[in-house]
Amino acid sequence: MLKITNLKKSFRSPDGGRMPILDVPQFNVAAAEQMVIVGRSGCGKSTLLHLIAGIGRPDSGDINVNGLNISRLSEEGRDRFRAEVMGYVFQTFNLLQAFTAFENVVLGMSFSKGRVDRDRAKELLKRVGLSHRLDAYPRTMSVGEQQRVAVARALANRPKLLLADEPTANVDPANQQSIVDLIRETCQEEEIALVMVTHAMEVAEQFQRVEPLEKLNLVAQARKAHA
Amino acid sequence: MSIFQIAWRSVRQRALASGLTSFSMGLGVLLVTAVLLVHGMVSKSFTDIKDLGYNMIAGAKGGKLQLVLNTTFYLSEPVENIPYTFYQEFLTKAEQEKELALMAPEKRGDLKDGTYAKNTEFAIPVCLGDYYQNYRVVGTLPKFFEDFKAGNGTDPRYTFREGRNFKAWDEEHGYYEAVVGYVVAKQTGLKIGDKIAASHGGDPNDVHTDSPFTIVGILDPSGTPNDRAVFINMEGFYLMSGHAKVEENEKVGAEIGGAAVKRRQPLPIKQREVTAVLVRTSDPFSPIIIKNRVNEGNVAQIVMPVMEITSLFELIVTPIQTLLLVITVLICIVSGISILVSIYNSMNDRKREIAVMRALGARRTTVMGIVLTESIILSVGGGILGWMGAHILLACASPTIEAQTGVQIGLFDTAPLPRRLEVIVPAAIIENDWIGPFFSLELLIVPSLILLAVLVGFLPAYTAYRTDVAEALSSSP
Repeated sequence: MLKITNLKKSFRSPDGGRMPILDVPQFNVAAAEQMVIVGRSGCGKSTLLHLIAGIGRPDSGDINVNGLNISRLSEEGRDRFRAEVMGYVFQTFNLLQAFTAFENVVLGMSFSKGRVDRDRAKELLKRVGLSHRLDAYPRTMSVGEQQRVAVARALANRPKLLLADEPTANVDPANQQSIVDLIRETCQEEEIALVMVTHAMEVAEQFQRVEPLEKLNLVAQARKAHA
Repeated sequence: MSIFQIAWRSVRQRALASGLTSFSMGLGVLLVTAVLLVHGMVSKSFTDIKDLGYNMIAGAKGGKLQLVLNTTFYLSEPVENIPYTFYQEFLTKAEQEKELALMAPEKRGDLKDGTYAKNTEFAIPVCLGDYYQNYRVVGTLPKFFEDFKAGNGTDPRYTFREGRNFKAWDEEHGYYEAVVGYVVAKQTGLKIGDKIAASHGGDPNDVHTDSPFTIVGILDPSGTPNDRAVFINMEGFYLMSGHAKVEENEKVGAEIGGAAVKRRQPLPIKQREVTAVLVRTSDPFSPIIIKNRVNEGNVAQIVMPVMEITSLFELIVTPIQTLLLVITVLICIVSGISILVSIYNSMNDRKREIAVMRALGARRTTVMGIVLTESIILSVGGGILGWMGAHILLACASPTIEAQTGVQIGLFDTAPLPRRLEVIVPAAIIENDWIGPFFSLELLIVPSLILLAVLVGFLPAYTAYRTDVAEALSSSP
């Protein structure tokens, strides 16, 4: 499903030079596989997810998702890829405040080529336990409810790959487990590959495959050695 | 969800800011529409003088424009008079005999075909200088309401709402019958049978109480200055004190006959004057022939009302309108800039929202389209409200405008096309009651607002287009 080869990414440093952040020689995820990436803050976890999502461009290397080399795609191609192949759950939910829960899920479908499936949007919200909150605006919802809406939105377009960037970081402990369960169960039911980034070990321990980014990323290894 | 729905939600989310920016645009459009509409209707009432039914005015030498304004629009100071005999130059012998039938033959002298009679379809004399309240009194002949025809060439141009035309002589009222325009009747409450006395030159201390006229007819509204005039029989006008040209050894108004109303002898030809003669020529070349011959002499001058009014508009009114229009368009542009500022200021707060949409698969052009659509909603939404506001406002103010200027503006009246464009669009379309209003300058308002919205929305839209998704998502919410 996901195959990363020789992926490199650097950012411009304040002195004008380049500061390497990622150097991942090899990283694969199988179809419908669920795995978690752990690592310290600032080690490049979110950058890796952005590159996989096509939000940023790598300096070099290939990212193949579902047979599509997204690092070679045009901006428009990557937009289409995000709309049709991939789902994204953000750490801070990122629901649009002007839209109801139902509309936030529908909005996730609006940018893909397919028709907007309003029944699926309702079905997803029912699955995440919010069938009674369809018309609620984000500001009136608890953080747990907001993250559930965010999960439903990420799944709206039947993605092949779901990226979850610390989805439990802003959720209270009571809701943490239910969010993880919800994501994992839904991905399992719909045979969606899941790459979750977290620094919460109690979450990571529930996954069979746990990859520390320091192990995948040569830049992080070099920094560790240097320190 | 469509781009429009997403943009509309964004507008609604910032309801107060959106409302205020739209309101400012609405005010700008209200002013533009009001200027276009008022000027359009006023200029139309001036320039639609083809409907007046005559193409030449003969009057005293002097200011051409003053003659037209005075005679056609009953504006400006009264002009000097010309001899009645000059009016006779436009009549055949038979017409003169008919018009002077009440006059003793020795008083009217030898009649013969007038010099310009063969070039004239009809000629109507008018005598001005008196007022009833603030309204002009026009001394004329009954043919004023008979010879002028409507656009189809057969129906009379002026019709009566009540009563009838005044007569040259009536057994009951003698020479003293009057017809009042629609606005005069409406504003003064005059009705059939009422008696009115004109004042000389508008002087309230110089009222012709000795010669009251009885109202026998009230005109239908015609949309012309005649709505605001009082028409009296010219023979009665002559017999009012001070209206006869003083001649030696002439006794004015000797009584003849012995009926219930004693008929007075009409004023002799020598003592008669007219302020102007409204002439419709029999062919397109006659105006030039007549104009050249008359203007060479020193008795009178010929002016073409269309030419004079066109020059007036081109020299004075159009530049003023252009200035007003430029000012109001500038107001709209300033309102447009306020839309730019409003949306642009919101862009910083909305970077994350835009980044989320991009992360969900929205293209750069889609988010750009959303912002442009927002700009269009604010601009066109406010503009349409302003446009409707202008029409409602002017419709409410219509009675006052009509009373002050004689111009009628209805709720569904639209600003007419400039005369130059009317040449391109067939008259049959413009004059059609259903299609005509759509051929209006106001048609340009919505496309102009969309263009303005796209121009002012471009900067914030481009900012949305250029949003760095990764950076916006990484920043704190």
